[in-house]
Amino acid sequence: MSADEIKALYLRELHKIAPEVDLNEIDPAIDLRDQIDLDSMDILNLAVAIHEATGIDIPEADYPQMTTVQGCIAYLGSRAS
Amino acid sequence: MAEFLMPSLGADMEFGTVLQWLVKPGDAVKRGDIVAVVDTEKATIEVEIFQTGVIQKIVVAEGEKVPVGTLLAVLSVNGETAAAPAEAKPKAAAVATPKPVAPLPPPHVVAKPPTPKPAVAHLHISPLAMRVALDLKVDLAAVRGTGPDGAITKADVERAAKAAQAQAPPQARPAAPAPVAAATKPAVAPIDHHAAMRKVIAAAMSRSKREIPHYYLGTQIDTSKAMAWLTAENLKRPVTERLLYSVMLIKAVALAIKEVPEMNGFWIDGAFKRSDAVHVGVAISIRQGGLIAPAIHDVEKKSLSEIMVSLRDLVKRVRAGVLRSSEIADATITVTSLGEQGVETVFGVIYPPQVALVGFGKIVERPWASGGMVGARQVVMASLSGDHRASDGHRGGLFLAAIDRLLQEPEKL
Repeated sequence: MSADEIKALYLRELHKIAPEVDLNEIDPAIDLRDQIDLDSMDILNLAVAIHEATGIDIPEADYPQMTTVQGCIAYLGSRAS
Repeated sequence: MAEFLMPSLGADMEFGTVLQWLVKPGDAVKRGDIVAVVDTEKATIEVEIFQTGVIQKIVVAEGEKVPVGTLLAVLSVNGETAAAPAEAKPKAAAVATPKPVAPLPPPHVVAKPPTPKPAVAHLHISPLAMRVALDLKVDLAAVRGTGPDGAITKADVERAAKAAQAQAPPQARPAAPAPVAAATKPAVAPIDHHAAMRKVIAAAMSRSKREIPHYYLGTQIDTSKAMAWLTAENLKRPVTERLLYSVMLIKAVALAIKEVPEMNGFWIDGAFKRSDAVHVGVAISIRQGGLIAPAIHDVEKKSLSEIMVSLRDLVKRVRAGVLRSSEIADATITVTSLGEQGVETVFGVIYPPQVALVGFGKIVERPWASGGMVGARQVVMASLSGDHRASDGHRGGLFLAAIDRLLQEPEKL
């Protein structure tokens, strides 16, 4: 998966979880829990959605790396290669 | 013939707007099928039907706002012949409020769902965006979707509303000044629903504090065993089957009800009506503000995994703005867990006509003395708000003690 594909996937799933958020307004470097008030259930749903789309099983211990757009793309890039 | 009426989705609902019909005359329906999407001040609700039969006539059109109890549709039951569907009582429709200035086109203009059942998911517009479109009186046919797969998002609708307002002379759109002003800040735009939801919460909570003589109890619970068990359990599970700790709390509350059943049920007409089924309402915050406490049904019969599936589904749909009618109306007790927001203690307000609410704070590491030794433990403050008409503090104390004991044996939950 290319970085662009990962980003598109991540944003698509984020839109499903938080449809009220304008994705164009998200700062990729800021923690989504602070930025758009995601909670542990949202982060888990994001992990599940990414797993279902890519087959990558993200261990619970790695959830913190998924909380920014930037961090998640980097993390998934390292896991997918 | 049977009548399908605008249901009361909670003590505080007076009106509902039919956003979308998922059935048409001639369609066979069975008990539990979702037949319509209704907008209330609190949420968009998928309304289930309680009879099995064939839809004869739709009485209230999409976009109309009608009082609770209004005839929405007529159906034939038990093999009645499909007689004259055109003949029905149209008088109920007369109580509908006038059409909006720029009426919302039926959603199927955007994308006609192929099958009635999961239609909401098939529309290229989120329920939230649909609600905003209704609020802002936006013609969806003219909105270009920029979301995934061309889906119309809330931001798209708000942009369209703003553009329409810029074009139209002010007197042409007298109905929407406030929402349009809000649309200039897309990421956090408060919408009309916001004020409406505050009003609904205000009504329910005022009624609670006016009518329910609350008593409050609190106790600290050592969750170290439960948390250790959960971590080990989640290591074994694939991501799709992992549990959140709140699932253990919800199950422990449901099991404790077996020991202290007077916490579970409703106070109606001056008497406590105990419920045999345990439907736990889970307070879920809505990011734009407000909260809603839909029910997970029959929790005491469900495994932790099954409760997790229900909870995940509920949270997803609350945040997406779509709930089912049965989930809104029939919680028998409520659990609130404000731990994520960082507070250690919450004493909740009972949601009438329920008689108890259990609160859990944040799990914190604290020094804990036990058996003459002091150690660090993961501690949570559990609280009970009880209705003193239905129970006393002594029984409430036993209830919290039972929750504590159940959490000490997480493998049995």
